[in-house]
Amino acid sequence: MRSASPGMRHIYGWLLLTPAAILLIAFTHYPTIATFIDSFFSKSSAIRPSRFIGFSNYDAMLEDPIFWKVLFNNLWFALGTIPTSIAIAISMALLVNRSLPGQGFLRMAYFTPTILPMIAVANIWLFFYTPQIGLIDQILQGIGFSGHNWLGDPNTVLGAVIVMTVWKEAGFFMIFYLAALQHLPKELEEAAKLEGSSRWYFFWRVTFPLLMPTTLFVLINAVLNSFKLVDHLFVLTKGGPDNASNLLLYYIYENAFSYFDPNYASTLTVVLLALLAIIALLQFFLLDRRIHYR
Amino acid sequence: MSGVRVENLVKQWGDFRAVDGVSFKALEGTLTVLLGPSGCGKSTILRLIAGLEFAESGKVFIDDQDVSTSDPAKRSVSMVFQSYALFPHLDVRENIIFGLKVRKVPSAERVARLQSAAEMVGLDKLLSRKPAQLSGGQRQRVALARAIVANQPVCLMDEPLSNLDAKLRAEMREEIHRLQRSLNLTMIYVTHDQTEAMSMADQIVLLKDGRIAQIGAPAELYDSPSSVFAAQFLGTPPMNVLSKKSVEGLCKTTKSVDFLGIRPEKIQLSDNGIPMIVDAIDYMGAETVLRLLYQDQRLIVRIDGKTQVSIGESVSVNWDPIDCHGFDINGNRICDSY
Repeated sequence: MRSASPGMRHIYGWLLLTPAAILLIAFTHYPTIATFIDSFFSKSSAIRPSRFIGFSNYDAMLEDPIFWKVLFNNLWFALGTIPTSIAIAISMALLVNRSLPGQGFLRMAYFTPTILPMIAVANIWLFFYTPQIGLIDQILQGIGFSGHNWLGDPNTVLGAVIVMTVWKEAGFFMIFYLAALQHLPKELEEAAKLEGSSRWYFFWRVTFPLLMPTTLFVLINAVLNSFKLVDHLFVLTKGGPDNASNLLLYYIYENAFSYFDPNYASTLTVVLLALLAIIALLQFFLLDRRIHYR
Repeated sequence: MSGVRVENLVKQWGDFRAVDGVSFKALEGTLTVLLGPSGCGKSTILRLIAGLEFAESGKVFIDDQDVSTSDPAKRSVSMVFQSYALFPHLDVRENIIFGLKVRKVPSAERVARLQSAAEMVGLDKLLSRKPAQLSGGQRQRVALARAIVANQPVCLMDEPLSNLDAKLRAEMREEIHRLQRSLNLTMIYVTHDQTEAMSMADQIVLLKDGRIAQIGAPAELYDSPSSVFAAQFLGTPPMNVLSKKSVEGLCKTTKSVDFLGIRPEKIQLSDNGIPMIVDAIDYMGAETVLRLLYQDQRLIVRIDGKTQVSIGESVSVNWDPIDCHGFDINGNRICDSY
């Protein structure tokens, strides 16, 4: 580019930035700030317009038993899905990374849950879980157990959603682990083999540490996913029974669009954002230091 | 005797015979070089000895024990890989003692062995570095230290110097040779570089297409190559091999040979000899390599220092018939001199 005057250079710079800036501001920054502001206002109704009420929404939230319930549900959901799906993903990746007959088919089979639309997945599992005529109950009855209303029982509904989520996510995470495994030089394993290292020892001493960058990436994705889950709840449980399977984002949705209380929904959203920010920072600062990047 | 012996090794990949009936013996405390062009099966043989591959047929003996089906860890071998195979997330210390930890060597002994191995290869100041913070030569030293620290009588090396630059290669070649002798290792060393083979080997196993072309001491291979292939693979520049047509005019031979071989340094410029045209001159300082044309044959001549000839000029060359090598139509040696 010809050397332009300093003023022109500023204009060029801004012109180049503008498209991205518009998108970011319109769809990320502005909504975030607007949400933050809304959380300090009261719900408007036909007779009373919205007005500033300070932290009242937050006080109400702390008093709201359902909020605490969905928060803990979310915690259990994250604890139930993340370690399990990562462990299964690594195991599957290790399995299909070896040369074995039907390798391509197996890889595809593991990945299939990921490419299915979420609503379809939920419908499939709805059939699995249906009392009496569902797949699981039919198998159970076939071997002599009585059936169970998996999604109707507050004690089993969250577990049922967790199982389905693990099934869906493990295959997705496997792809990342498989890619990472294929980048590990084969000689490392051979060098270890010559020393008599067992597969188990080699995995924990070499493979797993070298997979850590992938694990961090997967972990962040898994945490985000565990807070983002909405679609499955629509089809499967609608958060019920008695909020036993309700998660934070679905509760926000309910407040905004079922109870028409956007201000309380904003308050919950601010909490969700703060939570995610804290988790992301923790992951980066605590884990990143211990990770070896090549 | 902790030598290595292989008998009739065969390794097949599908229809391709990578190793085709290879047998040789490497005596204790000697350095055997497996030499050959790429794809000749030399690395596969090394991996068969290490136990990283298993042969279709044939046997591997280490220390007179048949280890053909043993686990790699039980063959008392150490190995240096072409890529060094260092663990990128572990520092130099942990890389070197990785095997000792696996084998549960007590920590006091571990420290002592680490110390002596690191000193031997000059790494004692770099023990807390990660491989990424080391130069190519230093990484090579870590790989060497890892082989030394294992205290195994047999050491296998798979093209260990091919990733280094020329100067470092000469340096490491000397160092590996020194270590091999001072530790009295039985070393099997794979390379495609004939200079490495000539300068280090007690014994060269020359391979071609998965078969042994010739076995012997470097001088033996150089002085009486068993085939045209062996003759041209060893020595730079390679041996001149002339076809029968020109042989008739060039050599007063009584025996019928199809190809005549003569080393470039055995040819002299002389006043009365065969006239040839100078096609190119490579001046190398201590010596000069002339490329000559005789009808459609090319001839390489190595002479001392600077020369007064110039390109396009006609020169006469001569040689002692005793320095000629005769080969038959299949490229096999016929007899010693003519």
